[in-house]
Amino acid sequence: MPHVLLGLLAAGNRHGYELKRAHDSRLPRAKPLAFGQVYATLGRLQRDGLVVTTGQEREAGPDRTAYALTDQGRAALAGWLAAVEPPMPYVTSTLFTKVAVALLVADLNAARSYLIAQARAHTDRLRELTAVKTAPSTTLDDVVAVDYAVAHLDADLRWLRTTLARVADWHREVHS
Amino acid sequence: MSGLQARGVIRSYGPTPALRDVSLDVAEGEIVAVTGPSGCGKSTLLHCLAGILRPDKGEVHWRGERIDTWPEAARSRLRRTEFGVLFQFGQLVAELTAVENVALPLLLAGTGRREAGQAACEWLDRFGVADLADVRPGAMSGGQQQRCAMARALITGPRVIFADEPTGALDTLSGEEVLTQLVRFAREQGTTIVLVTHEPRIAAYADREVMLRDGVVDPTGLGLDEPLVPVPAAGPGAGPR
Repeated sequence: MPHVLLGLLAAGNRHGYELKRAHDSRLPRAKPLAFGQVYATLGRLQRDGLVVTTGQEREAGPDRTAYALTDQGRAALAGWLAAVEPPMPYVTSTLFTKVAVALLVADLNAARSYLIAQARAHTDRLRELTAVKTAPSTTLDDVVAVDYAVAHLDADLRWLRTTLARVADWHREVHS
Repeated sequence: MSGLQARGVIRSYGPTPALRDVSLDVAEGEIVAVTGPSGCGKSTLLHCLAGILRPDKGEVHWRGERIDTWPEAARSRLRRTEFGVLFQFGQLVAELTAVENVALPLLLAGTGRREAGQAACEWLDRFGVADLADVRPGAMSGGQQQRCAMARALITGPRVIFADEPTGALDTLSGEEVLTQLVRFAREQGTTIVLVTHEPRIAAYADREVMLRDGVVDPTGLGLDEPLVPVPAAGPGAGPR
């Protein structure tokens, strides 16, 4: 989140509420930002010297403070953008963990039931998001965001189905 | 009765059973994906529904009429008018240009050459390939060929589109674009689609999914070996993460 705000400020100085609006429109399928979260993060960025306030405007409404990126902030943003994310350094996922724990503490059927229910929920969500792509009013912002989610749901679904096929053998191995 | 129905359809290729008693109802305007692993019978089912193949046993009905007993000429006419078929490879006529390929179903139905050509140009334009009107299939990419094939399947204003792995030969992006256009068009016109695919991502374009396994409908929809244990309904907030 801090880097997203730095990125949005790279285009020019903005008020907190403008940053929230820009965030929600650029990342349309993300959880919308709360105003409190925006101001708390701006406070920390200011403390660390990555942004400065550029004075207050008093128009008809309440005081609004605009924020600007500092050179240090620009460097931090460039560093973050250039850094490659480690590709899955640990295999951690609630899905995976839940099946492993279910096999330890419950019976085979409980693990299977969970896998089936999860696969159905994933399939429903996959269909729901795909419908966003075919809606006539869809924007490219939406399509790109939905593509990301669809690719991940699809990968999860493949894993869920493969694991369903393997779960009996896995259970035997865990309890041998 | 409206829509498309298969009733107890059985079909073998020599001694090999492909469909072993399949029943399916598709409402008009519905988009249904038929999925399942290779060799599960999904293409055979599509061919039986579209009147290309005749079942050995069972019945196929379209708008209340039993069509599987119709002579080939009548089923062929149905495929030129109310049904449109789209295959994995566009199956365009290699010697004809895009506009000639797309106009073909209208010409076969007796439409005049000029009128058919004009309609074909409009359909090519709708799918973003108007500039390829005078190009032959050999000089087109897979995605371009599939767009032309889609225009050809839709030019007669069919009520049902049968699409057999229509994105199977395309890269991910071309496949998505072709399907998005097809589904948008079908939703606008209230056209029914029967979409055969083995990919969950493609099946997600449909309103619902029917999974086949070894020639029968898999009631679990998940290709499970063992009988299914009852699954508790998902509680509030139990969606995927």
